[in-house]
Amino acid sequence: MAAPRPLHDRALDNLRFIRQTMERAGSFTAVPGWGQVAVGATALAAAFLAARQRTSELWLATWLGLSFLPPMVVGGLLTVVLYRAGLAHALPGTWLLLYGTGFVTGGAFSVRIVPVMGICFMFVGAAALFGPAAWGNWLMAAGFGGLHIVFGMIIARRYGG
Amino acid sequence: MAKQGAARKAEAIEHGLKSERGGSRAAELDRLIHERVRLGIVSALAVNDSLSFNQLKALLKTTDGNLSVHARRLEEAQYITCAKSFEGRIPKTEYRLTAGGRRALERYLDHMEALIHATRQG
Repeated sequence: MAAPRPLHDRALDNLRFIRQTMERAGSFTAVPGWGQVAVGATALAAAFLAARQRTSELWLATWLGLSFLPPMVVGGLLTVVLYRAGLAHALPGTWLLLYGTGFVTGGAFSVRIVPVMGICFMFVGAAALFGPAAWGNWLMAAGFGGLHIVFGMIIARRYGG
Repeated sequence: MAKQGAARKAEAIEHGLKSERGGSRAAELDRLIHERVRLGIVSALAVNDSLSFNQLKALLKTTDGNLSVHARRLEEAQYITCAKSFEGRIPKTEYRLTAGGRRALERYLDHMEALIHATRQG
C-alpha cells in the first residue's frame, strides 16, 4: 500500500466519531447491551487467568483486580468477612447472588429483560453456594461471562445497544 | 436550496480525495454512511429508539438545511424512517433506524476495523 498511515488514521478517526456520537446521544437502555458483551468477555478472560493461579489469595486478587466493582461494594464487605472466616469457597456464590440482586432491583427501571438476567445470576449464585467448591470458578465464568454475553447480545439486538 | 448544493459539493470533494488514493478498499466503502453528518445520524439513532429533528440537530451541531438534506438521503436509501406529526401546532419529525440502516452501520464498522488491522499487520 502506498500510504497506509492516512487511511489508518482516518479509520480510527471515524471510529472515534461514531463512539463519541453514540456516547453523546445516550443509550435507550440503562444497561447498554454491547457494553455488557464487553464486560462478559473480560470476565471470561478473568476466569481463565484465575483458574491458573495457584493460591486462593492470587485467585481472589485476579477476580477483584479485573473487577466489576460497582455492584460489588456491598459484596466487598461480605468478602472480607467470609475470607477471614476461612469461607473463601462461599465467595463465588455470594458475589453472583448479590450481583443478580442488583439487577433485579435496579432493572425494575429498565427494560424487562434486565431483571430476568438478574434472576439468572441468582440461580447461578445459588448453584455456586450449594454445589461443590470446585465449581465456583467455572460458575463465575458462566455467570459473569456467559450470562453477560448472552443477555448483552439479546439487549443489543432487541433494544438497540 | 443553496445549502443542498453545498452538501453535494462537499461530497464531490470527498469522492475526489478517495479516488485519488485509489485502491479497491475505498470502492467498497458505503458512501452513503461515510459522510460525517449521515454517519452521525445513523450512530445516534443506533443507540436511541427514535430521535426528533431538533434533537439530532443539537446533537450533531448542524443547520436545518444540512440535516434535512442528509436525512433525506438516508431515508431514500431506507436506512432510516421519518414520521411527521404535530405536537399541538408545532410540526414534529421523528427519525428511526431501520434494520437495513443498522446493518449498514455494522458493515461500516467492520470496514473501519479491517482497515486498521490491515495497516497494523503491514
